Amino acid sequence: MNTSELARRDKFQFSMLLNDKRYRSYTFQFFALFILICAMAYLGKNLLENLAAAGLNISYSFLGEPSGYDINQRLIEYNSQSTHLRASIVGVLNTLLVAFLGCIAATFFGVTAGILRLSNNWIVAKLMMIYVEIFRNVPVLIWILIIHSVFLAFLPQPKAFRGENPEATMLWDAFAFTGRGFYIPKPVFNDGSLLVIITFILSIVGVFAFRYYARQKLYSEGKLLETRWTSVAIFFIPTILIYFALGNPITLEYPELKGFNFKGGIHARGSLISLWFALSIYTGAFIAEVVRAGIQSVDKGQSEAAGALGMRPNFIMNLVILPQALRVIVPPLISFYLNITKNSSLALAVGYMDITGTLGGITLNQTGRAIEAVLLLMLFYLVISLSISAIMNVYNRSIMLKER
Amino acid sequence: MSGDNNSFVRTEMISERIPPAADRGLVKWVRENLFSSAFNTIMTFVSLWFIYSLVVAAAPWFLNGIWDAETVRECYDLLDGKSGACFAVLNERFPQLIYGFKYPSSEYWRPNLASVLLLVALAPILFRKLPRRLLAFSAVYPFLAFWLIWGGSILTSVSAFLGCVIAIGCYSRFSSRSFAIAVLIGLIAANVWWIIGGYIVDLNDSVLALKDVPSRDLGGFMLNLLLGTIAVCLSIPLGIALALGRQSDMPIIKWICVFFIEFIRGVPLITLLFVANVILAFFFPPGTSLDLILRVLIMMTFFNAAYIAEVVRGGLAALSKGQYEAADSIGLDYTQSMRFIILPQALKISIPGIVNVSVGMLKDTTLVSIISMFDLVGMIRGPILSSTDWNGVYWELFGAAAAIFFVICFSVSKYSQWLERQLETDRR
Repeated sequence: MNTSELARRDKFQFSMLLNDKRYRSYTFQFFALFILICAMAYLGKNLLENLAAAGLNISYSFLGEPSGYDINQRLIEYNSQSTHLRASIVGVLNTLLVAFLGCIAATFFGVTAGILRLSNNWIVAKLMMIYVEIFRNVPVLIWILIIHSVFLAFLPQPKAFRGENPEATMLWDAFAFTGRGFYIPKPVFNDGSLLVIITFILSIVGVFAFRYYARQKLYSEGKLLETRWTSVAIFFIPTILIYFALGNPITLEYPELKGFNFKGGIHARGSLISLWFALSIYTGAFIAEVVRAGIQSVDKGQSEAAGALGMRPNFIMNLVILPQALRVIVPPLISFYLNITKNSSLALAVGYMDITGTLGGITLNQTGRAIEAVLLLMLFYLVISLSISAIMNVYNRSIMLKER
Repeated sequence: MSGDNNSFVRTEMISERIPPAADRGLVKWVRENLFSSAFNTIMTFVSLWFIYSLVVAAAPWFLNGIWDAETVRECYDLLDGKSGACFAVLNERFPQLIYGFKYPSSEYWRPNLASVLLLVALAPILFRKLPRRLLAFSAVYPFLAFWLIWGGSILTSVSAFLGCVIAIGCYSRFSSRSFAIAVLIGLIAANVWWIIGGYIVDLNDSVLALKDVPSRDLGGFMLNLLLGTIAVCLSIPLGIALALGRQSDMPIIKWICVFFIEFIRGVPLITLLFVANVILAFFFPPGTSLDLILRVLIMMTFFNAAYIAEVVRGGLAALSKGQYEAADSIGLDYTQSMRFIILPQALKISIPGIVNVSVGMLKDTTLVSIISMFDLVGMIRGPILSSTDWNGVYWELFGAAAAIFFVICFSVSKYSQWLERQLETDRR
């Protein structure tokens, strides 16, 4: 092979676009991009033609118009004269509320069931297995509807609380669980409550600072400080002192039976309660499996080795088993949290006004702005999902096994 | 010598004695599994109390159940104040729950036959010990099922099927030369045939014609099964393609796939169904009107494909790098190495994940009831519960729906566990 031959081989020829590995990927990508652009242009052209034919345009001005509908479960001020934008914000907050509550409750159900499934008590283990299998294998929409009708059917109506010998009584005169929803006391913030809250936050910071200080002391000087009771003291005492010093600035407003219904307090509607419960008990079944797998993934030799080093059982749990189990549990757990957020869009089925119910439901139907509303809706869920997966990636990197 | 006689060592074994009563049989089992500690004892009693109260509450409801009544009021009259279920609604509305309320009742045999044949067609795919020749029926089945469920002339299905046969024939004729060219020739040949076949079908549209059933008349559990099966079947190849695209080292293709997968996985299915319901029609050429079912199927396929792509990507990532390098070093090109080396191994690892995702898809088909399609849940919430005859019969209906889904999803997940064990043993 002489140099001229080599030179000729390196010279670009048209067939190399398909046959040479170096150029072929560019050809493929060019075609992929070309087809994509053509498809986009085609769809865009159809969209514009269809919109023109229907006399529509793309405009988000509807967000500024008064909505004209009411939302009974809301976290911020809202009435039917408020704008569609405000209705959407109420919906966003409602979605976040039920997702947040759902994540906490689902973790509780899941961790309990996952640990109990590994119990050496046969009957408890079997019961938990039945719970997991039943809830995992039936659609969540059916669970939401079933649990909604359970609450409606089995919880007493507010009128059952009336009279000399009521059929139902309130729990500690503060909580009422009715078919129309739960009534719980509402904190009322008077003058000076800000100071109490600031003290409370500062004492939480103080607890962490103290624990950090104690650990530094342990590592540097080998001196073991008492942390448990000191933490409790730092947590409670300043807040309580300030609270009484300022003359009870934060009080509770209790729900009271007035006529046929309860007044005062916080009213969590039946739709919120049943959606919350259904989502969390459904997702709890999945989390239970993850927790079980996580605990079983830690080799028995690990706890035996820790025991052989002379560690005490709670140290073994906290320092050896949990960190390794959590590495398996946390990533799927977070994707289940994401699932709860996405599944909360099924609120539509029970009439809870989350973002899908406000922006994707009534606002869409009233204004007919389908494209705009659904795009906004998707954008909202995408932002939540992508930010949670970004957090998850950071976490995964931090707990990844450092292999050498 | 008489040493043998006064040996200190026992010459024969004495027979084993049975363990003490507390340490054998049922008693031992109960002591170990139910009452091993104070806490366990409490848990056992709590569980027993829970089961007892559940049975006490539910047993009369089931046992007093009325199976034969015309309306809910007749049901309550028969119960006469006792607690009891009104299963009569299942009896009376059975066809509506299964087929929807518009499917012509004289044609119920068609979906029935299609679902029985579905089992036959699935059998050789699910169980590898069955004769491979049965796979031919699995290949014919989709076209047969289309004809059975939607009706019309059988020629439509035959022509579609022949187009696929021609495409595969052309592909295998040219596949030894180049994969891309073979695929292209196959596609062109099939499309040419479909154009010709379209004219032939239009000319004789009464050959073996079944009564036409438009898509909007489909409903009930049949609709769930239909949507689930089709979406899963279509999304597996699409999902594999997306996973390969995401693994690709061509940045443009990779980012298209990443964007698609992350977008679909980031939004709830219900928003995609909204898209199918109100937006998708805007993207088709003016004047065309696509079935709602078809639009929903498109979105569900995309949805499921994105999730399957992530599962398959996990499988691809689990293979050791040596497999890719080995395939390269024996001179296989990309398609060959994927077909013969990488995908068989990667898909074997991802089977449980794919099955889980697919069970999820079948469960999620109930969401179409929210965009007012009358699937099983839609039938219950719509026509049945709002009728004056069966107003307020929640439990029986939702319980039945839950039971149907449970049976199917549970058996599929048991099958996937069985398959996992099967595949594990032959790897050893």
